[in-house]
Amino acid sequence: MTDKANWKIWEVFIRSKNGLSHKHVGSLHAPDAEMAVKNARDVYCRRSEGVSIWVVPSEQITASSPDEKEPLFTPSDDKVYRHPTFYDIPDEVGHM
Amino acid sequence: MGETLSLEERFQQYVEAENKVEPKDWMPEKYRQTVIRQVSQHAHSEIIGMQPEANWITRAPSLRSKLILLAKVQDEAGHGLYLYSAAETLGIDRSEMIEQLQTGKAKYSSIFNYPTISWADMGAIGWLVDGAAIQNQVMLCRTSYGPYARAMVKICKEESFHQRQGYEIMMHLAKGTKEQKAMAQDALNRWWWPSLMMFGPSDENSPNSAQSMKWRIKRKSNDTLRQEFVDKTIPQANYLGLTVPDPDLKWNEARKSYDFGEMNWDEFYEVVKGNGPCNKQRIKNHVAAHEEGAWVREAASAYAEKQAARKKSTAA
Repeated sequence: MTDKANWKIWEVFIRSKNGLSHKHVGSLHAPDAEMAVKNARDVYCRRSEGVSIWVVPSEQITASSPDEKEPLFTPSDDKVYRHPTFYDIPDEVGHM
Repeated sequence: MGETLSLEERFQQYVEAENKVEPKDWMPEKYRQTVIRQVSQHAHSEIIGMQPEANWITRAPSLRSKLILLAKVQDEAGHGLYLYSAAETLGIDRSEMIEQLQTGKAKYSSIFNYPTISWADMGAIGWLVDGAAIQNQVMLCRTSYGPYARAMVKICKEESFHQRQGYEIMMHLAKGTKEQKAMAQDALNRWWWPSLMMFGPSDENSPNSAQSMKWRIKRKSNDTLRQEFVDKTIPQANYLGLTVPDPDLKWNEARKSYDFGEMNWDEFYEVVKGNGPCNKQRIKNHVAAHEEGAWVREAASAYAEKQAARKKSTAA
């Protein structure tokens, strides 16, 4: 494995500051996890964008398929009673 | 019964409703090919664009300007990488894109085929070339392909520093000695028309534009963007006390816009075809850098393999 073309793609997640979650920012190529973190620092953190980096091999991510969007996500659409605004609470009760 | 829509029709309605297309969504094959072509050529432009500016890193007039120029060229590399990674989400391999660039199958912005012969060119490039790029890229923040739009948002944030540092160089020169002001004017003379050409052929000669606009990949036409750029840039040139090299340039009170002269389209198509002043040199340098860097990639792979083997043996 000497060709760069064979390097894995890594997905990069950055925590911008403590208290916030890591957020996906893009991807890059690297021969191993350690280099992926170093490359992520150079490519995605040139202006103090982060305090922590996660890298994950793209091939390790299992994604739901867009074709399953309906069965996966529509069942929650008709359950309006899961939202607080579904319930009428009289004003005199105060904030709830 | 309602009419049944084809996948293409449904896709069209989807993008027209300002929805974003994500990598695994169904899309017309032609849409995929168009986005791959546009994003990879955009990436190539960032990467090749490093060369004309890198030319001045060792000759920057002060440590401050050298640090700034280094940071800018490093940004261009980063922008290229964001874009390659956006293109890869559509299933094209990085090495395939590099090969297309090196064999001339893929184009990059023609502006980078002009030489940078004076320090003032660093000012003119930042101010005009990056300015024109921003005009285009701000529009692309709203492009219909999600990963491309997100890369553009990141790039636009960083690109604004590029334009401002360029304008600062122009200000220093324009307010300096007579010779310095002449340098600034000379750079403006040489970069003005190629910058306007960055927006591409006029609308009536841009056959791909209409489909790209329909798919919301592009949001504004070439001529609209070019006009916006001219209107924004002329007051900036006036402030510097420099003159744009266009005898036909005139404020049009009725349109509330500047009228400007016709571009030299013969030159435009010659440079696109590969006959610009630096086309061959740019690609030659890219191939050389790629080949000379092969040992670094090999060493990194070997190191990774060794580390993995070591980890395995200590775990056993």
